[in-house]
Amino acid sequence: MSELAAVSRPEAPPSRRFLRRAVRKPLGVISAVYLVLLTLACLLAPVIAPYRPLAEDLSHVQAGPSATHLLGTDELGRDVLSRVLYGGQLTLLGVVECVGVLLIISIPVGLAAGYLGGWVDRTVTAVVDLLLSVPAIIVVLAVLAVFGSSMTAAMVTFGVLGSAGVIRVVRSAALSVREELYVAAARVSGVSEPRIVARHVLPRIAGPVIVQASLFAAIVLAIQTGLAFLSLGVAPPAPSWGGMVGEAANLIDQDGWLLVPSGGIIALTILAFGLLGDAVRDATVEGWSARSAPAIRAAAPARRPATVSEPGPPVTLQEASILTVQDLSVEFDGPAGPVTVVDHVSFTLGTGEVLGIVGESGCGKSVTALSLLQLLPPNGRISGGRVLLNGQDLTAMPERQIAGLRGSAMAMVFQEPTVCLDPSFLAGSQVAEVVRQHDRVSRAAARKRVLELFEQVRLPDPAAAARKYPHELSGGMAQRVSLALALAGRPAVLIADEPTTALDVTVQAEILDLLRQLQAETGMSIILVTHDWGVVADICDRALVMYAGQIVEQARVRTLVRQPHHPYTLGLQECNPQRWVSDVSDAGLPVIPGTVLPPALWPDSCRFRDRCRFASSDCGQGPIPLLLDTKDREVRCIHWQEVTPARSA
Amino acid sequence: MRALILRRILTSIPLIVMVTGVTFVLESLVPGNTARAIVGASGSPAAYDRLRSQLGLNNPLWYQYWHYLDQLAHGSLGTSVFTGEPVSTLMNQRLPVTLSLVLLATGFCAVIGIILGVISAVRGGIIGRAVDVLSLVGLALPGFWLAIILVAVFAVTLRAFPATGYVPPSVSVSRWLWALVLPVIALGLAGVASVAKQTRDSMKDTLAREYIRTLRASGIGRRSIIWKHALRNGAIPVVTVLGLVFVGALSATVFVEAVFVLPGLGSMAVTATSQHDIPVIEGIALCFTVLVVIVNLFLDVVYGLLNPKVRRS
Repeated sequence: MSELAAVSRPEAPPSRRFLRRAVRKPLGVISAVYLVLLTLACLLAPVIAPYRPLAEDLSHVQAGPSATHLLGTDELGRDVLSRVLYGGQLTLLGVVECVGVLLIISIPVGLAAGYLGGWVDRTVTAVVDLLLSVPAIIVVLAVLAVFGSSMTAAMVTFGVLGSAGVIRVVRSAALSVREELYVAAARVSGVSEPRIVARHVLPRIAGPVIVQASLFAAIVLAIQTGLAFLSLGVAPPAPSWGGMVGEAANLIDQDGWLLVPSGGIIALTILAFGLLGDAVRDATVEGWSARSAPAIRAAAPARRPATVSEPGPPVTLQEASILTVQDLSVEFDGPAGPVTVVDHVSFTLGTGEVLGIVGESGCGKSVTALSLLQLLPPNGRISGGRVLLNGQDLTAMPERQIAGLRGSAMAMVFQEPTVCLDPSFLAGSQVAEVVRQHDRVSRAAARKRVLELFEQVRLPDPAAAARKYPHELSGGMAQRVSLALALAGRPAVLIADEPTTALDVTVQAEILDLLRQLQAETGMSIILVTHDWGVVADICDRALVMYAGQIVEQARVRTLVRQPHHPYTLGLQECNPQRWVSDVSDAGLPVIPGTVLPPALWPDSCRFRDRCRFASSDCGQGPIPLLLDTKDREVRCIHWQEVTPARSA
Repeated sequence: MRALILRRILTSIPLIVMVTGVTFVLESLVPGNTARAIVGASGSPAAYDRLRSQLGLNNPLWYQYWHYLDQLAHGSLGTSVFTGEPVSTLMNQRLPVTLSLVLLATGFCAVIGIILGVISAVRGGIIGRAVDVLSLVGLALPGFWLAIILVAVFAVTLRAFPATGYVPPSVSVSRWLWALVLPVIALGLAGVASVAKQTRDSMKDTLAREYIRTLRASGIGRRSIIWKHALRNGAIPVVTVLGLVFVGALSATVFVEAVFVLPGLGSMAVTATSQHDIPVIEGIALCFTVLVVIVNLFLDVVYGLLNPKVRRS
């Protein structure tokens, strides 16, 4: 609820919003409280410390914790707790000096570089790049060598050298704010530049700067105590946390206790700075993602439940069908529990048949395709139904067995060919790996087979293509390589998920021709997922039309085109840009009004009703069944008889 | 690729000039300079003056610096004001110790960190949480304290490893390794955690990519997908982290060598600092800078090897 409140009140300045979010991180809050209390305790050491830091008590030497000495005493009988409190003054002072210098340098320099740009930016960036390669600790040692034992000098030096990293962060934050519309608007309306920086830019860089300062403080603390441990920068009798570790280290063969309070306070304080920085960073990042889009968290991958397949209506089995899908349902984890995105889908695929799955984006076509090979993302799973490949139920198989079928029984090509190939491997070697996976042949034989495959997919120069990386291939060539990858295992079924959508129009036609030729050469069956009726009419024998996770119509393509029975099929055909179905009308390109609802909002009754011109009140009365009018024809519409005449009207 | 390497080498020149220049300027800033430090507060003014002219400190600063760079170009790093020995000789004896330490620590981080990262990306669960805890511990424990604890537990109490000392590999490789186990852990623990975290994040990112799905759809086995394809692509950002781990370990030798009494450059730097032995510090600063430059160069090459888009442009 508080998240919503933060989003719904846009007038709150970003800095205050992320502070509110930061406060909700318990570890961050605990760390901040710890640091405040620690600082107070060290500042008040003269008041609250039970002993003077140098007061020796030689009768109580190296005594463990007791009522009089809560953390025990050291080798000279000095009270450890008091020395921790007094020592903290010096240590924390070092952190403040260093982080202070860091901020004084990095904020103005980073702002100048990011906001002014030009030669200022180039100079700053060059110097920062140099500084980042300097081994800071050695320069600090050089300063200590020159300035005697001045911890302040050391800390200032470390702050200067450390500012390089923070300058980068401030610069990139300032650079991104500069481009924002509201800053441009302020500039146009005559707000002066310094005012813009103070009002708009500084609040935006506050988050990243606090993160950097906090994480840097953790590093400084380690360096400061390390130097004190080496007796550099602190004169020995004076208490310091690092020095106390050093004194304790001399006694490790006698007594390990003294290492605990001294090292413990250092570790705790470093941890507090680190956790504080992480908490603020998380709060800042959440702020960004909350602003850009409602965050949908993918729930942890749940195991696929044992499939309970209810005996559904008998599926019309075609003769020699290779793949039979019965009542397949797929669900995804949503913010409010699982959501069904594919709902009791049944179909068959005959040997050598080309089956189209048609529909708009968000109708479950691709998910159906992915679920056949069980390639769903971790937050999705088959929640019911069966996938029978040659009579074997894939949903009942263990993953290992399915993995053995991928590529050989069923293979898949995807929409975006250039991102579907591993960018780090040559096209030839990727295909060769798949060949060797299926054929178990020698490398030389695999290479030969790769060239054959590349010829089969009509790559103009197979040998040259094999020596190219995916980023060196054109979209059409990459899709041919993807096809070669899919064909390498000689699959009986090829699933092609929008294989031409990402390609240029001329290349689309080539790839479709290729698919048709490959089908004819190999006799394989193809499932073609597409939103393009042109593609369907071009190459498919039969097609399923899917809407909102359900099959709404299924028939032979010729029948579907001549006599669409479902209003959605009709609508899709009418708004197809290639207008292959109807004559060009004067009214311009028709569209189906509205969009596909998100799966969580799908009603039980007709899901297309809100967008349908044939809708009546009956359509809202409960689920619409698939009506089977003839042997291989299904339609999910009670008004189907009114639809077909409308086609020609 | 070649242009990238060349640019790296060229940008390292101003870096070296800067690092050496800074130490020079620092030295001149304070009146209590090297000569005073050597002669001591009680030394006679005559002895002080003699030493000043002997060290060339009466010359103008730019002249001194030019002289230094000139010497540097001829391979001389000057002489230690404390022992009178050439700095390069001193460093030659100690460089192998520090290099063994830092390279072993980086290798340790790479191997353990990548294995932990891959497993936690694929499995999550206990190993994932262990990586989280380890990264907190690695962040929180300063190396010098961790080093002392390791000595207290494994050397003093359990007597499993030597507490101090160094054995050159030319004497005995096994004892060399044995002596470096604890220092390497002390140097590398924080790095293991950051490598594991980066590996986990980039592996998770890579495993969600389309090409991984394509490979699975083509029947490629799980092992090859994880350890060959996903790791190869996920390793690119890890390389950057390994560079940072190397630099971090190099810096931490200053503290860790002191604890384990290892005769390396880090402990030499500490001694030189307390002795105000500026030429030695300058030499070490130069050496560390060059090491960082070399490592960055090496990482650029590795980066190019892993990323064909860089290599073939």
